[in-house]
Amino acid sequence: MVAFIQNCVDALSLGSLYALAALGIGLLFGMLRLINFAHGDFITIGAFGLIVPSRNDMAIMAVGSLPVVLLVPAACAIVVAAALLSDRLVFRPLRTASAPTLMVASFSVGYIIQNTILVTYGARPKTIDLWSSLGEQLHFGAVRVPRLEVVTIAVTLVLLATLTAFLKRTRYGVQIRAAAEDFLMARYLGVRANLAIGVAFALSGLLAAIVSLLFVSETGTLTNVMGVPLMLYAFIATVVGGMGSLVGAVVGGYTVGFLGVMLQAYLPDGLRSFRDAFVFATVVFVLLLRPAGIIPTKALVQRV
Amino acid sequence: MMMLEVDGLSVRYGRLTALRGISLKVDEGQIVCIIGPNGAGKSTTLAAIAGGVGIQSGTVRWRNQVISGLVPEAISRLGLALVPEGRRVFSTLSVEENLLVGTYQRRDRAASSKDLQRALELFPGLRQRIRQPAGRLSGGEQQMLVICRALLTNARLLMMDEPSLGLAPMIIDQVYEMLLDLRRRNGLTLLINEQSSERILEFADHVYVLRNGEIQLSDSAANLQDGKAIESAYFGFDARASNLDLAVGATHGRVHPELR
Repeated sequence: MVAFIQNCVDALSLGSLYALAALGIGLLFGMLRLINFAHGDFITIGAFGLIVPSRNDMAIMAVGSLPVVLLVPAACAIVVAAALLSDRLVFRPLRTASAPTLMVASFSVGYIIQNTILVTYGARPKTIDLWSSLGEQLHFGAVRVPRLEVVTIAVTLVLLATLTAFLKRTRYGVQIRAAAEDFLMARYLGVRANLAIGVAFALSGLLAAIVSLLFVSETGTLTNVMGVPLMLYAFIATVVGGMGSLVGAVVGGYTVGFLGVMLQAYLPDGLRSFRDAFVFATVVFVLLLRPAGIIPTKALVQRV
Repeated sequence: MMMLEVDGLSVRYGRLTALRGISLKVDEGQIVCIIGPNGAGKSTTLAAIAGGVGIQSGTVRWRNQVISGLVPEAISRLGLALVPEGRRVFSTLSVEENLLVGTYQRRDRAASSKDLQRALELFPGLRQRIRQPAGRLSGGEQQMLVICRALLTNARLLMMDEPSLGLAPMIIDQVYEMLLDLRRRNGLTLLINEQSSERILEFADHVYVLRNGEIQLSDSAANLQDGKAIESAYFGFDARASNLDLAVGATHGRVHPELR
């Protein structure tokens, strides 16, 4: 029982990371029909933004040595700037392009980011120590939980609540939701396309920055492709949850997180190394039952 | 006084030519109707004026200012509002949020919230369901909602793309009653697309018949009351010589009595 509760907390924590990453992808997909495969690399940027650019194997903290109240906004600012820049330089000139073109462009943005980091920071993985005190265990009766997992879950809940309030209560939020559902109609009503898209990119960057801080704090390792697996799982989460639905992205994130952790814990020993195959098989099964995802959106239906 | 002037407007979708250099004008306070069969280019005309589709050649002028080439949100700010075909409510947004989207571009926040209140007084049906997702409204309520939403942008010209499409005849009467009422009260100018000339001849000032992307006929509604000129422009030949009129009657169910 104790082990099960611990697994649940692990799953919630991992699911939180996936949910945040999936939301970052979902926000852009809803509006632009862009599946942003560079989202994982935005997460990587957040991590490398913490250290001094250098090819030395030893990482020297720059932003990363600031106190938390400055570090978090600084990291967010870096990733948001990168996200807005990629919109301005790549996605805005492609506004009228088809969805596959946008997707290929996002792959290119991802490769450019990965290789720029490779050239500037060198190929060796770097080890950094971000908030290592979060690794301490908290005791709840017999259940022991790393403090970082509690922080991850709490931060995610706060972010989800804040994002919901933003989307429901502010004029920018309402415009973003309208544009995500029917972009041209929103523009006919005076919603500024570039503003709405810019806000969506900024939010997406903000979420990526938070994911990268939580992720680096957990792993302590930086590589130029560190965000790619996160992006992959987050993408699967958006598909499972229902492309275009933000609630779906969160539900999908937690679903994939739970699947990963529970299969890891309860698969027989010999099969454990094939965990991902089981995760993906389950995903295929879910999609067979619900092809449009757990929470399907009508907005996905293409209008003629 | 000239409000909107379209001159030599051409639109192409890939290889398909939708509009071949059409010209039309709308004077302030008028009700102008474009009628024509499916695929004639009616929707494209309105979308091109509103900036929603790119144009090949020609110009659109709004109060003597060239607006062709502007983005839709800029055209909306000038006071042209389009209610496209199929209503297009934001179905996951509440009724109130749908209405608010139209008001955000306005600077006069006090006046816009007053307008919103007044719109809700005019449509008690919408007020009752103000917090519900707009996707749950009936077709008629959705049509009212999108008209309100468009007007709340502070529109001076309302372009309606087939407002009667998919609505019951009684509801269509209500929609038209409301449009005429708006013109009386607010001096609203209307540019309306319809497939049939039914109803339209009763209140339109000017009628254009569009077929194959070209204006076939342009005349004041007063001169068209017998429907014969519209009939031959609409079909491109004397419909009485063929069974086409019967076919059209069968598909659309309702044709102007003069067209039967």
